Amino acid sequence: MTMSRQGVQPTEVIDRAAKLRFRWNGKRFSGFEGDTIASALAASGEQIFSRSMKYHRPRGILTADYWDPNLMVQVGDDPNVRAGHRLLESGMDVRSQNAWPSLNRDIKAANGLLGRFLTAGFYYKTFMRPQWLWPTYERVLATFAPGGKIDLDTPHAYHDKRYTHPDVVVAGAGPAGIEAALAASSAGASVMLVSHEHSVGGHLRYSSAAADQAALAELRTALDASDVEVLTDSTVTGRYEDNWLGIVQRNHPIAVERLIKARAKTLVAAPGLIERPYVFEGNDRPGVITSGAARRLVNLWGVKPGERAVVFSANAEGDAAVADLERVGTEIAAVIDGRTGGSISSTRGSSRAVDAVVADGASIGADLLVVAAGWTAPTSLLNMAGDRPVYDPAAARFFPSDPPSNVLATGGLAGDADLDGLRQHGAATGRLAAARAAAVRHRLQSRTARALPVDGDEPAPAPDERAPLGRDPHPELYRADTHGMVDMSEDISSKDLVAAAHEGYDSVELAKRYTTATMGPSQGKLETVNTVAAIAEARGETISQVGTTVWRPPYAPLTLGALAGRMFEPVRVSSIHPWHEANNVSIIQAGQWLRPDHYGDPAAEVRNVRRNVGLIDVTPLGKLDLRGPDVGKLLSLLYVNKWMKLGVGRVRYGMMCAEDGVVLDDGVTGRLGEDHYMMSTTSSGAGGVWEWVENWLQTERPDWQVHVTPVTTAYASINVAGPKSRELMSRVCEGVDLDAEAFPYMTVHQATVAGVAGCFMWRIGFTGELSFELHVPAGHGLHVWEALMDSGSDLGVAPFGLEGQRIMRLEKGHFIVGQDTDGLTLGPSTGLGSLIKLDKDDFAGKPELAWAADRSLPMVVAIQPDDPDVVPEEAAQIVRGDTNEILGRITSSRYSPTLNRSICLGQVEPDLAVGGTKLTVLLESGERIGATVIDHHAHFDPAGERLRG
Amino acid sequence: MLLVLCPNCGPRNSTDLRYGGESHARPDPNTASPAEWRAYLYLRDNPAGWLRENWYCASGCRRWFSIERNTATNEFRDPPLPGDKRGGAA
Repeated sequence: MTMSRQGVQPTEVIDRAAKLRFRWNGKRFSGFEGDTIASALAASGEQIFSRSMKYHRPRGILTADYWDPNLMVQVGDDPNVRAGHRLLESGMDVRSQNAWPSLNRDIKAANGLLGRFLTAGFYYKTFMRPQWLWPTYERVLATFAPGGKIDLDTPHAYHDKRYTHPDVVVAGAGPAGIEAALAASSAGASVMLVSHEHSVGGHLRYSSAAADQAALAELRTALDASDVEVLTDSTVTGRYEDNWLGIVQRNHPIAVERLIKARAKTLVAAPGLIERPYVFEGNDRPGVITSGAARRLVNLWGVKPGERAVVFSANAEGDAAVADLERVGTEIAAVIDGRTGGSISSTRGSSRAVDAVVADGASIGADLLVVAAGWTAPTSLLNMAGDRPVYDPAAARFFPSDPPSNVLATGGLAGDADLDGLRQHGAATGRLAAARAAAVRHRLQSRTARALPVDGDEPAPAPDERAPLGRDPHPELYRADTHGMVDMSEDISSKDLVAAAHEGYDSVELAKRYTTATMGPSQGKLETVNTVAAIAEARGETISQVGTTVWRPPYAPLTLGALAGRMFEPVRVSSIHPWHEANNVSIIQAGQWLRPDHYGDPAAEVRNVRRNVGLIDVTPLGKLDLRGPDVGKLLSLLYVNKWMKLGVGRVRYGMMCAEDGVVLDDGVTGRLGEDHYMMSTTSSGAGGVWEWVENWLQTERPDWQVHVTPVTTAYASINVAGPKSRELMSRVCEGVDLDAEAFPYMTVHQATVAGVAGCFMWRIGFTGELSFELHVPAGHGLHVWEALMDSGSDLGVAPFGLEGQRIMRLEKGHFIVGQDTDGLTLGPSTGLGSLIKLDKDDFAGKPELAWAADRSLPMVVAIQPDDPDVVPEEAAQIVRGDTNEILGRITSSRYSPTLNRSICLGQVEPDLAVGGTKLTVLLESGERIGATVIDHHAHFDPAGERLRG
Repeated sequence: MLLVLCPNCGPRNSTDLRYGGESHARPDPNTASPAEWRAYLYLRDNPAGWLRENWYCASGCRRWFSIERNTATNEFRDPPLPGDKRGGAA
């Protein structure tokens, strides 16, 4: 095979005035604007583009389009680029993949290698035992894995996402698809036309027939004048529930790839047909190409595919390829007609020769074998809509059976006709798609009339009255009388599939997974039906009986970058964040929040709070403003403890359990006024508790009068903690008496702080120190923080972060929901069982908590390792002696700078939850250490004298 | 992705909502037997067909509503009923 560039073709898409220089395996090459990488290389006479995956057989052009399995190359740091599709760019550094020892090693030698040394299931059979050797196997096998090289230093590329709601999406831009888009648009629908190729037109693009070119020009003109949004080099990759479509756009001007999520009211599937390779000995030899490849090379890029060709033709496409080849001067050595019993059984020859051996054993000398053996209907989008296509042996391909009403097929997928017939069917499909989209729109509007005004009357039903397309007869050509490659991506031969079937893997789904046929880069588009045919043959059944694999998303591969895309997750920071950033903060991410973890030395921060005064930004603390006459009843329903007698100005700690009795959240709630309460939740529980409150109010107690306003971010929250906190607060507060009698522990006051009115503060003590938790209108958070820092410099005020707070709460033995409790921790296990008031009429989880009261449960306890310098890992197991019997686990552990020893909280079996109990803790290293349960949860100041001061 | 009809916000992607599951009346917490309470907590009919179920419009109006859906075809039948989350029979 010797390919070469020929004179100007009327249909060509290259601009011969625009020469592009690039490199191929380090050597200089050139092509034209409009060339694909493969067409430019072919025009320069290159014939080998890759080596096959398992046997390292040389591979050349097969289909010369996106699906060509032999044209995977590396472009710069971008692996697995489809050279049959990717447009050539100036300066590209293109390299072959999987080429070993080198791309151009002697073809003759390599061709002899199709031995049986890598049979079906070879890896399973060979590397299964012994199991302990698998890591070694894996390391060695990985070096044989095909594909390009990933450069870990590649800069992050920009990917984008787009959300859109068109009435009609047409997948495929051949004549039927374009007509469908135009007709739907004329009928008033908003339409998106998605072309997998770089330009619209489908097979008309590479047809030299004058009528086809005239039709193409007409369709393009009509599209330009229409309101249809045309996406080229884009693919509808998946169809999901209610026509939720993934569309990948590869030619976005800024993003490497853009993932479009489209909610279409109607989907028109018009992907056309994909030409199917034929299976015979030597069918993967460079120089054996499909008729479509021949026509694309000649008509799109002016490339002569060979000097002397044998054409095996079973359809009009093959016949047209003969004409195209003759026009560019390829000598036609023979045309073997598959419709009249002609066949081809193998190829012979060396280097550039591809001699075709026909049925009688005669060999015809040639350097090109063009095969037109039939079509695969890419029914993927129909499959994804639940359709199960049906095989028609007379037409030798699958057809749609019964897709849902919002998915319509047209074009070659639906049947055969001449160009006018296809266009008419497309237009009728477009009209039907628009009518059905209008019906969907009306239905959605009328079902949700509160949200959308309904325009117009309900549209009349839109029955499918399209004249069906015909089905051209086609011989069933899958395999010749010899064996050859079925899946060229994966190097799976028909022999492999027969062997798999004989080993018992005789359903297509099993054989596919066992052999990996259809699982390579061409994703079954070329090889699925040949795989089915091979299995059918081995089982002695028909293709209809065997059925086909279910095509799943994606229709064509997309990058992980496109899927990850632009992230929409918000990042939340408090209004005080700029101060943290200017003060040596170490940030920790907690949910969506960025929070100060520490400012250099958390232990020093702890010591300063215990000795002087510290500030922590606790803005993410959940805050719900509750107003109305029934708030007290709501609190009594949601918390396990009692709330009806909470006086104005008082604050109470509460624990919430779910209906199964498991601890849900905890926090303090204060009564600011007669009908006005402020509930605080854990930071991570803020959203969930809000939903929980709404759930009860909307569904179980809709008659209660409670107004809920989430104010988490309406206030900046600052905890001022330490023995000098009262002194500090007195310097900034107006209108509030901070004296211990006037403002005792567990009360709330409203005040003006640093000139900011509308603040409220409560005295609570998560850290175990005298502390004021201050809630400031968020816009003034930074101002108040700075005022506190400025006013307290002589008091030794310093910020502390989450880590310091976690140490101090652990010193005090305060559990954290979700850290020291888990999804099975019932209320009494926290040690706060006395809070649970079973004499209340009703509260969430009451029955479970009542039954739990009679049971012994695992308990949260405070634990101190015997060696004060050993800090067991969180989640370290508590075991029985030298055994591995698990009796509990460490849930929190830190080194306490206050006590100069390691401290823990843990969950243990009920009989161990007694002060003085000796425990064995199994560390991650395997070492076992001794530890002791202490009497109180609090390692420090168990009487709580400091915080009440 | 399922398109869910919120009575206030109109058609919405299901990821905008929280699925509240099958409608299930809450037994009287003071008289329910363990079997009745745990049926309320854990047991669902899970039919392949029409099901009255609850949704919470978490990213929109933040209202609970109940609607009938065919679990085999994902077709919605009734107009959604605002606030009627557990309005169905037990």
